[in-house]
Amino acid sequence: MNEDIRLMKGNEAIAHAAVRYGVDGYFGYPITPQSEVLETLEALMPWETTGMVVLQAESEISSINMVYGGAATGKAVMTSSSSPGVSLMQEGISYLAASELPALIVNVMRGGPGLGTIHPSQSDYFQATKGGGHGDYHLIVLAPSSVQEMADFVGLGFDLAFKYRTPAMILADGVVGQMMEKVVLPEQRQRRTAEEIRTQCPWALTGKTADRKRNVVTSLELDSAIMEKNNERFQRTYKEIEANEVRYQGYHLDDAEYLIVAFGSMARICLKAVEEARKAGVKIGLLRPITLWPFPYEAICKASENAKGILVAELNAGQMIEDVRLAVHDNVPVEHFGRMGGIVPNPAEVLGAFTDKFGVKFNDQTN
Amino acid sequence: MELNQIINPANRVYARPALLDDNTMHYCPGCSHGVVHKIIAEIIEEMGLQENTIGVAPVGCAVFAYNYIDVDWVEAAHGRAPALASAIQRLNPEKLVFTYQGDGDLAAIGTAETIHAANRGENIAIIFINNAIYGMTGGQMAPTTLEGQKTATTPYGRRVDLNGYPLNISNLLAQLDGTHYVTRQAVHTAATVRKAKSAIKKAFQNALAGKGTSVVEVVGTCSSGWKMTPDASNKWMEQHMFEKYPLGDLKDAGEIIPKSK
Repeated sequence: MNEDIRLMKGNEAIAHAAVRYGVDGYFGYPITPQSEVLETLEALMPWETTGMVVLQAESEISSINMVYGGAATGKAVMTSSSSPGVSLMQEGISYLAASELPALIVNVMRGGPGLGTIHPSQSDYFQATKGGGHGDYHLIVLAPSSVQEMADFVGLGFDLAFKYRTPAMILADGVVGQMMEKVVLPEQRQRRTAEEIRTQCPWALTGKTADRKRNVVTSLELDSAIMEKNNERFQRTYKEIEANEVRYQGYHLDDAEYLIVAFGSMARICLKAVEEARKAGVKIGLLRPITLWPFPYEAICKASENAKGILVAELNAGQMIEDVRLAVHDNVPVEHFGRMGGIVPNPAEVLGAFTDKFGVKFNDQTN
Repeated sequence: MELNQIINPANRVYARPALLDDNTMHYCPGCSHGVVHKIIAEIIEEMGLQENTIGVAPVGCAVFAYNYIDVDWVEAAHGRAPALASAIQRLNPEKLVFTYQGDGDLAAIGTAETIHAANRGENIAIIFINNAIYGMTGGQMAPTTLEGQKTATTPYGRRVDLNGYPLNISNLLAQLDGTHYVTRQAVHTAATVRKAKSAIKKAFQNALAGKGTSVVEVVGTCSSGWKMTPDASNKWMEQHMFEKYPLGDLKDAGEIIPKSK
């Protein structure tokens, strides 16, 4: 089998992967730095090939509610946006979670707060991993660090969303969205048939037939006793996801004296820093959470057993560091290195943070 | 004649529609929602569309529409029903997709979703209940509340200098190229109920035929919110509501209907 290898942006890879996964509908609104997702889909015209619906909505509020409506009918539907737009979507995301609907939301993060900047950031970590909208809920949050993972996580996100009937998010950043890399695109799959949806999603709005009661997709329940039961059901799902779906990647963990925890584009920069540190005689390891929720608490705890310190490197003021501290129970010193406002640091700055925070000296830093 | 001879299926001339459930409605006495629900259930039954219909319920008193009409339903966030319906119809083009919305849902918080769905000419039917008040939350001012009308948030009457003007959104929607049929109806007399029913039926037929967006506004009463008896509500509606919101077609077959002099 010949692999379909292309050179493209992360945002473009999302669009291509969506068509090839057999996504039924994409609904979005332009915002930098992710507009290429919608642009690429409009150029691909998948309605002519797979039958996929692509629609530019009048706002992110409308986009996410189109996703909500489509998901209620059992279709594989998605949207993408960037930070300010994802803030607008929080109402709809909360409704998706409460109505136990599968869907995929892509956030190609830019700097905030407010209108902020169009440059890369990871400052929506709290919003993505702790719920974001109102109520007790979680999203499955996947953090790609390459264009390949942008493509791969479309399928993974939908698979997990349908498996657990919960919305999933790809939490990318402006670097991963905009950079061009080699990517192997997945094979073209067929969209599910109406019959497959009826069988696989018995809860979906497919038209009330004589053999079943009407399906109602709603997040409303005014009987508090039932509403508490509903919440308990959501929480059981989240426990199951926490038990089964933690994903991370470790680099040089076996002999690491120090540990970096970083995700997304920051993990790529930190991997370079790790390689340079090792050339300079300092054994640093890197743990890259792939699922930000569920978070790899145990893996970080285990990886840091012999570590003298952990550096959490993020493009924000210190968000994931709170989860890393929870993971290690104050047994290991945990320090933060971050840049904000769209600044992307280089590996030397990461190593500089080791010197500043832990007093680590590098023999041959110029190498 | 014995009573049991009279109460006999053969003599029955009127029945609850098969698609209207036996659930006790939560609507107040005098409320227009129950009648409109009944009409919709009748039409879906008559058109044989039970297996082919998806309803989108609003936030407001009609949030529980899904408890009464026996088709598949999704309950939208406040004002977002037309966005949901747009996607549902595009993803399921063979289905009849309709929204059921009140004035706050459609003409305040959901104005953007309503106008843009209609402007795209989505093949959906929008059933819009305009009773000029927020019923569910306890009788606050709606975008369609009349000038001078007392509500919980305009206790001395709506003042245009403070609250702006009543919004005649159906007239606005009729101006959009995407709407095929826009009409304003009522359900307070037998004659108006019959007319409203044929209007909603036409809207459903238009949606199925892919003719663009159809909007049926039903000017209705909210006796609890208006703090009037049902009978007084109907009279007040005729005297005041119909002046600002006159009954009749605003647009049909894509053509705006000129105002009669």
